Amino acid sequence: MAKISTICWLAFGAALALGTPSVHAQPAGNAPIKIGELNSYARQAAFTVPYRNGWQLALDEINAKGGVLGRKIEIVSREDGATTGDATRVAEELVTREGAVLLFGSFLSNVGVAMADFANQKKIVYIAAEPLTDAITMAQGNRYTFRIRPNNTMQVGMLVDQAKASGAKRWAIVAPNYEYGQSAAEVFKRLIKERVPGAEVVAEQYPALGKIEAGATVSALEQAKPDGIFNVLFGPDLTQFVREGNTRGLFEDKTVLSLLTGEPEWLLPLKDEVPEGWIVTGYPWDEITDPKHKAFVDAYRAKFKDTPRLGSLLGYMVLYMIRDTIERAGSTDTDALIKALTDAKFDTVIGPVSMRGIDHQATMGAWVGKLALKGATGGMTDWKYFDGTSFMPTEAEVKAVRKD
Amino acid sequence: MDPSFIVIQALNGLASASSLFITACGLTLVFGVTRIVNFAHGSLYMIGAYTAATLVPWLLQFYFGPVTFWAGILASAFVVGLIGVLIEVLLLRRIYGAPELFQLLATFGVVLVIQDAVVQVFGPQDILGPRAPGLRAPVEILGRRFPSYELVLIAAGPLVLGLVWLLLRKTRFGVLVRAATQDREMVASLGVNQAVLFTGTLFLGAFLAGLGGALQIPRVAANTGMDLSVIAESFVVTVVGGMGSVPGAFLAALIIGQLQAFGILVFPKGTLVVVFLLMAVVLAIRPNGFFGRPEIVGGTHAVGIASRTPQPWHKVAALVVLVLLACLPLVADPYLLKVATEILIFALFAFSLQLLIGVGGIVSFGHAAFFGLGAYGAALGVKLLSAPMEAALPLAIVLAAFGAALIGAFVVRLSGIYLAMMTLAAAQIIYAVAFQWVDVTGGDNGIVGVWPSDWAGGQTRYYLLALGLTALAILLVRIVIDAPFGYALRAARDSEARAEAIGLNVRRLRWRAFILSGATAGLAGGIYAFSRGSVDPSLLGIPTSVDALTMLLLGGIQTITGPLVGAGVLHALRDQVMPLTSHWRLILGLSIIAMVLIFPRGLVGTVAAWREARA
Repeated sequence: MAKISTICWLAFGAALALGTPSVHAQPAGNAPIKIGELNSYARQAAFTVPYRNGWQLALDEINAKGGVLGRKIEIVSREDGATTGDATRVAEELVTREGAVLLFGSFLSNVGVAMADFANQKKIVYIAAEPLTDAITMAQGNRYTFRIRPNNTMQVGMLVDQAKASGAKRWAIVAPNYEYGQSAAEVFKRLIKERVPGAEVVAEQYPALGKIEAGATVSALEQAKPDGIFNVLFGPDLTQFVREGNTRGLFEDKTVLSLLTGEPEWLLPLKDEVPEGWIVTGYPWDEITDPKHKAFVDAYRAKFKDTPRLGSLLGYMVLYMIRDTIERAGSTDTDALIKALTDAKFDTVIGPVSMRGIDHQATMGAWVGKLALKGATGGMTDWKYFDGTSFMPTEAEVKAVRKD
Repeated sequence: MDPSFIVIQALNGLASASSLFITACGLTLVFGVTRIVNFAHGSLYMIGAYTAATLVPWLLQFYFGPVTFWAGILASAFVVGLIGVLIEVLLLRRIYGAPELFQLLATFGVVLVIQDAVVQVFGPQDILGPRAPGLRAPVEILGRRFPSYELVLIAAGPLVLGLVWLLLRKTRFGVLVRAATQDREMVASLGVNQAVLFTGTLFLGAFLAGLGGALQIPRVAANTGMDLSVIAESFVVTVVGGMGSVPGAFLAALIIGQLQAFGILVFPKGTLVVVFLLMAVVLAIRPNGFFGRPEIVGGTHAVGIASRTPQPWHKVAALVVLVLLACLPLVADPYLLKVATEILIFALFAFSLQLLIGVGGIVSFGHAAFFGLGAYGAALGVKLLSAPMEAALPLAIVLAAFGAALIGAFVVRLSGIYLAMMTLAAAQIIYAVAFQWVDVTGGDNGIVGVWPSDWAGGQTRYYLLALGLTALAILLVRIVIDAPFGYALRAARDSEARAEAIGLNVRRLRWRAFILSGATAGLAGGIYAFSRGSVDPSLLGIPTSVDALTMLLLGGIQTITGPLVGAGVLHALRDQVMPLTSHWRLILGLSIIAMVLIFPRGLVGTVAAWREARA
């Protein structure tokens, strides 16, 4: 008799799984424009939550002014589970069920790459706001995928220029052992040899992400006697590395270049143990005096009772760029959106940013400066904003790897 | 090489080993007494770190000095010990009699709940703890600076070992713990209060986990990834040392510490895989770790599909369900079909695991290896050989079957928890290969552009293809289960000794089951690769293996349809709940725990039992 019930249960399971209603009319008339957003809000909360605050602030501002094309914007935001399988399924739901006209978001590089491929397959615009891997705009790039943040090559390129100025020749690399770390290390090795005559890489360490053996790593780097260190670690690994390195004097009399460490996301957890003098890419939000940027910071602080992170700025910028795009396209049709995005110029809170047509990489730059202790936490000094334009891969490089 | 460098590197290794030992020691004690593999041990470690990173600075405000610091560390460990007691009383106590897999799954549910709770309580940002007062300055060793706190850590490991040894040898509690580790039933028969003993052990285990975590705060910022990063290594330490053996854990921790300290000099990119390679090698040579004893086979392992009389209406019912599923595209939208396709794939995946666990009694923690190998087989076929889908799918099966044959050859020599850990190690090694061999596998970005042939493109056609293949594969495996091979396998599961006595070659039987199960999982992986167009190493990861186990246990391990229903329910739940909330881990964790407590036989099994009781 057991069998009847099992089959009932099987049918029930199927019914439960499949029995959800699927009626969703396409928006029309004055109905809001639906935009799909997905990100790793559970796993990468330190970065993505400020990012969500950023686009929410922009959303409120835009809708308070009447939205775009006479319609309000509605963002359908979803958790992407931080895995490619979940992300593409959620994206499918946003497109087919919710009728999202374009998608933006995701944090991890591999999710970004999978989303780019998804966008290509489903012929929908996808704006990768955060992932840094070159692949999204290079080898895996496609007609439907756009990226805002400066990619690995651009950020490393800015630091390599600083390496040249420092005069250090013997370089050691420490990077987390996954795509972001590996590719940043590759780019650094390539650029340092091209741009700094006589430079050599004398040691490389690739601790597993989140599992650094900091003492052993620091000793191993020290043993190679480098006069410069290129660091790609972030998050808990970075904290551990900095503490061990400080105690053991690894950083003394050395030039240290560090990717992203100046971003408040990664700087704040270091508290007063900021490694002063490191040359970093980051976001000195408190020192940027441009009135438009100041207005953004004030509005953000008033709304969320917190200081902005780089993610906040990014979320804010991306949504305004999306609004401009829709306005210029005059519709939410995918081809019109692509046309409006390609080679478009945007006036953002950090100044002009354009979207290069050949690889769909935005020219958003980064702030490069030195780390310094300011009160109880770290900040950046002697910083300068580098526009991304001159650090992008050349058109020949893009053409060599892109398939379209 | 510079001798002073070698000394420093060895000290670095010792400091890591000490930290690892303190944590793993708790895990091995808990396992020894309760026989529960506590997945949540890493979560307790994380709570220890968070508590200390919050509590110690607060205490230091009142009086800044070493006494306050160390008192804060011990207080944090004590708090974690109490949480351990809470977990024992509320959850573990109710499932000591359940099959081991259920216990493991329940503790995994606790992991999910704690991950979410920690973010709620302490916030998403990492918390940097204070340095130990008086130990901030480095000491000079052979002309090199070495953090003095690390020296304290190096001493802490042997200190804990000594104290635990005294506790186990010189107190009545220790005698009971050792007795229970040897023979739990006998201790119970002698009238020892089990509840107190088990609660006490959990307190001790959790206290050590909390201490391990709290001791980390001067080195590491408390962060949400700590639990999973420490649990894998703690498992390795306990297994390599021999489950339940404290000195074994100490030795294993020492070896791992040194291996990591010197390993990074030779293979800087080998950081992912070195501990799992060690575990695989040790288990291949010593099937019970350094100091472990062989487990008593049978007992709790032998839960699985029972024999039953086939009835004609079963076929009719199965056919009706199949026809209904085939009609689904008439009413469903493309998204629903995508979800339905994924449910079919996971059903097949869970079903292939059922063949190993339910029929063969071989508990695999690394079943993702074969699912992932299948997916990669298909993707590599498309990418390297430019094969069409029709050729790539068989390739998926072949690669997975080949992997299963290779891994199976090592695995079938082992039993119980060691067997499970060997499968886990194998899966992690394959994961590391996929992750690291960037030129071929694309590293963690994986391979994209794996889309089906035109005739199978589109949601409806691919759904029907997946349905056809899944139904066919399930039918074939079912025939095998009911064939003499399946009966022989069940005989070996229920009593290895008797099966051997009647002339069955148990190892060869299990090896074949492994290959068949691997090939089936590989087919599921291949279909999955084409359904979403990309593969990446997460398909080979521990969460994928846990998914399969959850589906299987959720549906019910004693029935054929169990894994199919389990896959449907779990995936539907995830599809409905996950996108809407960032608390999906909490919800999933609580659902798993509730499921284990309320439906210990799984959904299908419970319903079957109700019906039998009524009849």
